[in-house]
Amino acid sequence: MSKNNGSSYSGLVGMMSAKQRRNAALTCVALIAVAAFLYMAQSGSLLDAYGVRILRLCAVYSICALSLNLIQGYTGQFSLGSAGFMALGAYVTAILSMSDANRESVYYLKPMASWLASIHLPYGAALILGGILAGLVALLIGIPVLRLKGDYLSIATLGFSEIIRILLNNAQSISNGATGLKNINPTANLWWCFGALALVVLFMTRLFRSSYGRAFLAIRDDEVAAEAMGVSIFKHKMMAFVSSAVIAGIGGGLMASVLGAVTPVLFRHMMSYDILLIMVLGGTGTMTGAILGGFIFVIAKEALRFMDSGFAIGFIQVPAIAGLRMVMFSVMLMIVVLFYHKGLSGGKEFSWDRLFGFPRKIAARFTKSGKAGAGK
Amino acid sequence: MLTLVQQLINGLTLGCLFGLVAIGYTMVYGILLLINFAHCDIFMMSMYFAFYSMSLFYLPWYLSLLLAIAGTALLGVCLERVAYRPLRTAPRTSVLISAVGSSYLLENLGIVLFGAVAKSFPTVEYLQEIVTIAGLRVQRLVFFVIIAMVVLVGALLYIVNKTKVGIAMRAVSRDFETSKLMGVNINLTISITFAIGSGLAAVGGFMWGLRYPQITPLVGAMPGLKCFIAAVIGGIGSIKGAIVGGLILGVMEIMIVYLFPGASGYRDVFAFIALILILCIKPTGLFGEELSDKA
Amino acid sequence: MSVLRTEHMTMRFGGVTAVDDFNLHVEKGEIVAIIGPNGAGKTTAFNQITGVYTPTEGKIFLEPVNQTQEVDITGMRPDRIVSMGVARTFQNIRLFSKQTVLDNVLIAQHLHVKSSMPGAIFYWPNYHKEEKAMREKAMQLLERVGLADNCNDLATSLPYGLQRRLEIARALATNPKLLLLDEPAAGMNPTETLELTHFVREIRDEFQLTILLIEHHMQIIMDISDRIYVLEFGKTIADGVPAEIQNDQRVIDAYLGVDEDA
Repeated sequence: MSKNNGSSYSGLVGMMSAKQRRNAALTCVALIAVAAFLYMAQSGSLLDAYGVRILRLCAVYSICALSLNLIQGYTGQFSLGSAGFMALGAYVTAILSMSDANRESVYYLKPMASWLASIHLPYGAALILGGILAGLVALLIGIPVLRLKGDYLSIATLGFSEIIRILLNNAQSISNGATGLKNINPTANLWWCFGALALVVLFMTRLFRSSYGRAFLAIRDDEVAAEAMGVSIFKHKMMAFVSSAVIAGIGGGLMASVLGAVTPVLFRHMMSYDILLIMVLGGTGTMTGAILGGFIFVIAKEALRFMDSGFAIGFIQVPAIAGLRMVMFSVMLMIVVLFYHKGLSGGKEFSWDRLFGFPRKIAARFTKSGKAGAGK
Repeated sequence: MLTLVQQLINGLTLGCLFGLVAIGYTMVYGILLLINFAHCDIFMMSMYFAFYSMSLFYLPWYLSLLLAIAGTALLGVCLERVAYRPLRTAPRTSVLISAVGSSYLLENLGIVLFGAVAKSFPTVEYLQEIVTIAGLRVQRLVFFVIIAMVVLVGALLYIVNKTKVGIAMRAVSRDFETSKLMGVNINLTISITFAIGSGLAAVGGFMWGLRYPQITPLVGAMPGLKCFIAAVIGGIGSIKGAIVGGLILGVMEIMIVYLFPGASGYRDVFAFIALILILCIKPTGLFGEELSDKA
Repeated sequence: MSVLRTEHMTMRFGGVTAVDDFNLHVEKGEIVAIIGPNGAGKTTAFNQITGVYTPTEGKIFLEPVNQTQEVDITGMRPDRIVSMGVARTFQNIRLFSKQTVLDNVLIAQHLHVKSSMPGAIFYWPNYHKEEKAMREKAMQLLERVGLADNCNDLATSLPYGLQRRLEIARALATNPKLLLLDEPAAGMNPTETLELTHFVREIRDEFQLTILLIEHHMQIIMDISDRIYVLEFGKTIADGVPAEIQNDQRVIDAYLGVDEDA
């Protein structure tokens, strides 16, 4: 993801340097390797169903963290509304793609509203619609909210997210109220989740190489200066906010399918905090960070499951305490915020050059002479 | 008519509780320009402090209340020390993330320490006894809430306006650097602000627990949000504003549910609508000062 | 017709009148200076003209790019005013610190982008052309101010003097007709100051600009400005050509105390 400069925009192989050619080749190999891995995992020869499910969740959380990164990391607008947009995406996708038989078993307290009951969509279409609806709601919310300054914006988005949750909790004939939905269309397999992740990464890479992306970054760096250079602040904040909401909605729609069941409680403010944690842990303002964070969060949450069920350190028997791993995560978040605010990615995007430079850097640190490691 | 008055009293009581917690938000925002997201969890913690001192140690309610105030004040001071002080010169977003992180930590810690299952707050018969005055049946607690509010806010206004500590607080909230040059002990002043704000939240928390006795580690979130909204309505930074904002919000919530019982499921929505309205019409709130522009 | 004209422009903050009944006019191709001691209201006047503040009283008129009719820009949004051909620099340099030198100049061209956001993201042919043209123009401008070799450096990694130049290049990238410079020589040594004087004149001719500047350095002002406005406590105490100002008793009085530390 190294940034092109000057006029090297015509991507002809002949015009690339040896290093660029090596990097392009490595990228191709990596993509094929990932695809092969996904193929094997999906066919069940590599991971069991549980492992596949975790992998799918990794991709989903990464998508949500990328969505928050777009508005917060890249545009500098502190939004705490992730959970609301995810909830919208999740519910729209789940409801519209549910089969009649399942609908009947889910909506047993109160039948589904008749206008809604007549709509059936294939999973993909429902997912896109979920994203679009989240975007439309963001457009409406954005009109009053995006005029607010940083911290007011955070509380207002948090508030709207809660409103969405309360509405879902009460609209019995649409969302099935507090009981939530189950038997959700399980279409979102590894291909869907990772495909969506790849599309989001592609979208954001392209966006931040375009003039609009640069305008977003300008707003983050200095709003006054950006406005003085002719960037329409409100319009661009709105673009970023809506794009972010669409991505969050799609993330939510995938999440519903992976989990198989959703309730309004799932999308409390804690969900927004989780997404924030992932973004900060990985490194605010980088896509590498969001993805890294998403994978670490989901995998660590599963790996640390033992903490909640009791374990032994040497002779000390730690009793089962539900929620201990979340305390771990919170402490980790605080440590990153306080001492290492660039996060795991160090505030930089992944690139092959950096990867290859890494061992040399470590070596330089150990030889201590500083120059020795960098010599070439 | 009688029920209307009854509901009005309920609204005022709720409003007083909102106000007590809102003061913590408004004071911290006034001095650090920071939404203390963890304040609602400090409020939650205060309830558990009171809960355990009553149900585990069988202390009388007034001692429990004092213990909760002391514990919560200490917690508030520690929070500032650990999560906010190291970031005083950091970018605003980092501090906000730290605030959200502290809230996240306290809530998760609450789940571990106290369990995710709701506990019921002990009853205090003396306070919860119903007295009948002129046909109105009210809990004795209601009088305590209102008296506590008046006395505490009176004392607070005295401290802020008349004492040296108060002058230091106002100075720091005006201008950090200058007050430092003038010999104000900034760290101490900020610690005191957190102690006072948290202590008042504990008073609010104790009475909240008596009125709404189901407590969980996430119980603070919604009231916390509303109290922040109350602070914004009243004008952030203004103590009087926090109380007035709290009363408006409390009465509004009870009255809307009373007048439109069908909307009771959506009661929590109205506070946010009020927030958006006030921010669109008068972002500085009712008693907020016009901030001078230093562009 | 004036490129820029203000009528009774006034700005009050609470009880303080920062700018009081300012009647300014700037003609095409002129270099006009606003001078005055600290706190005289110079930057506040700039902020009103560029739309950061809405004047408490009075009106501001502009002759926009490609138009012959005066337009009332009082209270218009800053980005709208930029699109009408007014660009500015800041007293305390405000570059996009985490962006490269090139990106800083590219951002300033964003307002001229005609492609939609999807067009830009999917790199449709129209956008491709636009992006190429923007990059070419940016490189030209950077070459002009002598920063072409630094185009991939972080903006804030440049030395102070170059940051000032970059800020001017960035302002020029918006395609202005009127350029507002807020203390362009602040923090510069005499040689750099002299260079800057030439530079300002050159770009005026090269880009057919009209320039309004705030300055403390009397040297520069007397050198390059066609006309001067002197502000003190928000009030206009004198205006005229440099020779007149130099001999104006009120100006001499106002500046007597300032001379030593200026």
